[in-house]
Amino acid sequence: MAEGIKDKVAIVGMGCTQFGELWEKSAEDLMVEAFLEALEDAGIEKKDIQAAWLGTCFEEINVGKSALPLAMTLKLPFIPVTRTENFCATGSEAFRGACYAVASGAYDIVLALGVEKLKDTGYGGLPEFGSALGGKPRLIFPNVTAPGAFAMMATRYFDKYGLDPQEGKLTLAKISAKSHRNGALNPKAHLRREVTVEQIMKAPIIAWPLGLFDCCGVSDGAAAAIITRPEIAKKLRPDPVYVKALQIAASSGEELMYTGWDGAHVETTYRAAARAYQEAGIKNPREELSLIEVHDCFSITEMVTYEDLQISPRGRAKEDIDAGFYELGGQIPCQSDGGLKCFGHPIGASGLRMIYEVYKQLQGKAGPRQIKNPRLGLTHNLGGFPGMSVCSIVILGN
Amino acid sequence: MAGIVSFGAYIPWYRLSRQTILWTMGWFNPAVLLPGKKAVAGYDEDSITMATEAGVDCLNGFPREKIDALYFATTTAPYKERQNAGIIAAALDLREDIRTADFTDSVKAGTTALLSAYEAVLAKGAAQVLVAAADTRLGKMGSAQEHYFGDAAAAFLLGEENVIAELKGFYSLAYDFVDHRRAQKDVFDRSWEERWMRDAGYTKFIPQAIAGLLKKYGLNISDFAKVVYTCPYNREHAAIGKKLGLSPEKIQDNLMSEVGDAGAAYALLMLAAALEEARPGDKILAVSYGNGCDALYFEVTEEILKRWDCKGVRGHLAEKNDLGSYEKYAVFKNMLPLEVGIRGEEIAPTQLSTLFRERKSVLGLCGVRCQKCGTPQFPAQRICVNPGCGAVDKMEEYRFSDKKGRLFTYTADRLAASLNPPAIYGIVDFEGGGRYMFDLTDCEQDALKVGMPVRMSFRRKYIDEARGVYGYFWKAVPLREER
Repeated sequence: MAEGIKDKVAIVGMGCTQFGELWEKSAEDLMVEAFLEALEDAGIEKKDIQAAWLGTCFEEINVGKSALPLAMTLKLPFIPVTRTENFCATGSEAFRGACYAVASGAYDIVLALGVEKLKDTGYGGLPEFGSALGGKPRLIFPNVTAPGAFAMMATRYFDKYGLDPQEGKLTLAKISAKSHRNGALNPKAHLRREVTVEQIMKAPIIAWPLGLFDCCGVSDGAAAAIITRPEIAKKLRPDPVYVKALQIAASSGEELMYTGWDGAHVETTYRAAARAYQEAGIKNPREELSLIEVHDCFSITEMVTYEDLQISPRGRAKEDIDAGFYELGGQIPCQSDGGLKCFGHPIGASGLRMIYEVYKQLQGKAGPRQIKNPRLGLTHNLGGFPGMSVCSIVILGN
Repeated sequence: MAGIVSFGAYIPWYRLSRQTILWTMGWFNPAVLLPGKKAVAGYDEDSITMATEAGVDCLNGFPREKIDALYFATTTAPYKERQNAGIIAAALDLREDIRTADFTDSVKAGTTALLSAYEAVLAKGAAQVLVAAADTRLGKMGSAQEHYFGDAAAAFLLGEENVIAELKGFYSLAYDFVDHRRAQKDVFDRSWEERWMRDAGYTKFIPQAIAGLLKKYGLNISDFAKVVYTCPYNREHAAIGKKLGLSPEKIQDNLMSEVGDAGAAYALLMLAAALEEARPGDKILAVSYGNGCDALYFEVTEEILKRWDCKGVRGHLAEKNDLGSYEKYAVFKNMLPLEVGIRGEEIAPTQLSTLFRERKSVLGLCGVRCQKCGTPQFPAQRICVNPGCGAVDKMEEYRFSDKKGRLFTYTADRLAASLNPPAIYGIVDFEGGGRYMFDLTDCEQDALKVGMPVRMSFRRKYIDEARGVYGYFWKAVPLREER
């Protein structure tokens, strides 16, 4: 069996822009800002970078196709640059390409950068997926939006575990309220306002049963990571962060077209996490993980992810939510930076933004939201819809 | 013996009370005081989808392989070029080596198509012919026509075996009587003076056609158990019957209180309603009207007693939902522009080569079933989706359109573009296996439950006005009664 990349690559520098509705900034501005912060953090120069990966999702209305927007914006000197895209897991895919290139021994120092400029699309929410699905699915697939696709998982979850809609919505509201509390502590977050469970419950419905505050921010932003081999990393800084596991799982089609899936969980999360725990040598995630950054595109996604990550038992996430297990002061803080909910969700950047938070927490540089003595952090970056998804799990440690 | 082997009907779920029309448009036209409601095609329906639905109702339980021709009758064909009947034949998953034709331009086209089907069967040109008629005629805002016109469809299967009603005779009249007209570019009906239409049209031609038929076959009006004739004017409808010497129970109801004048489908819909009540030995006379008349004479056989239970006119009349608002009607009928937002404006081009290649999936809702493990799957796959199987190229064609399903999950989405928000969609698990995501239609959010039964209905999925494309696919409709 392949041995994986545990401790074979390290992150030595990261950058992340302010996320938000950045009407005055272009995607190029955001790429430059994230890149400069990462370079400075790593203490290297541009010429040290030997290859780069760009993650961007809605490329036609964003920076354009191919890797050239990154290469030309940063004036990278004729090095290999590749663009990756895997729906909302795009940022993690760029990170994965960079890590594997270093682990293979092909390069010493590489860059992964994700960017998205959603607020130039003219949409509240994400742009239409129509053209993203391809010609044939477009003829038969409903006019699904992201909130609608995930709302169907809430409908299913409530039904399966016998939560009446109000009880279910109340549980989801607690998830969002927690992220708003954390986001308020984060100067780079898009949404920095605390909201009460009552406000969340009363918000307009977007896609039943999900309301406005069950949905994450739709933002502009960029994030970047500089990755190298451990022996170089140790020379560059005293506190590099090591990749303990990196796994991706893509749907096989059976969730959507075969009747085995229960609709109340995300199979790719479960599969990718199980493999990542194996790669990282984690036996009991509930006891061993210090913090998690999950893909809370919607509150229900965060709820089922607690279970898919095997931290909360199946159908019992509510007990942990009610007990404050995932709060900033809880046993495993989740979304210490506000998550997609409040930090925001510039698609291509999100996977790297999650890694940025875990990186800063592991280095003890997370400011007022710093978690005490974290050892292992996990990021969960989910693309697509619950029934047809791509999930990336990254486990980082010092 | 040639005649009707089966029949079906379709009346859309939405009804618009004529009182609602009067409340909104009475300031302009207070003169029309027609009681009752009219049936209104939903925003996702047109004459193609309604004819398909009637065809599904008609073919319930019948093998489709015996059908050698499909005739579609309408005056509101979505396409001028691209055969409308061809879309219906594909949606009904009929054989591809059949004859298809559109009968159009007159509201008597429904009976004309039926007579042509009869003659094809009689001449041994076809074993069975399916006739589907549908109309969604539009009167301008404030017109009398918008009170009279209703949307509906009917379908008849003609053949020589297991005939439930033998077609025994016919008599036709053709007049260039221009009571209603629409030129190439017209969306709305234009008409001449109503008194002339009533007094020189309906009340003249219908009795003349009946007299012609009676004389041709040496019959007496009293030989008939039921007489069907289309006349949307209630007073004249009764007067014609009285003049013919018919007792009221022998006059087939003109459906104006619940449906309205359904154009090319009108006579066939009334005939279907008459057959639902018919007994063996009954003689039925059916007369259509429109630039003349077709009169048809049937004799019901013992086979009608063996007939399965189609939903028919009766079943469709029982299921209805008050549209409530005239403005919603006007939007459904594309008479008022609606702010559909950037999501509604964005319509990607329809790849017509893809559509043709995938026609079995898209129009016919056919997937495949794995011959190794028996798993039905949609859309067609080459590699079996059952994780325990994975067989390659072991598939046989499998039709989902006539399978019921259960609603696995759903949502009501206020962000998605829809002319009837919230957009309701969900995942359907089919009886016998197979799962996919579908739009739901003809339902309200509050009535939905996980696990409730649904059936599939052929609908217009999108309209690409800029490129002149109507996109069709299937949606799930909650089964209001378990049948």
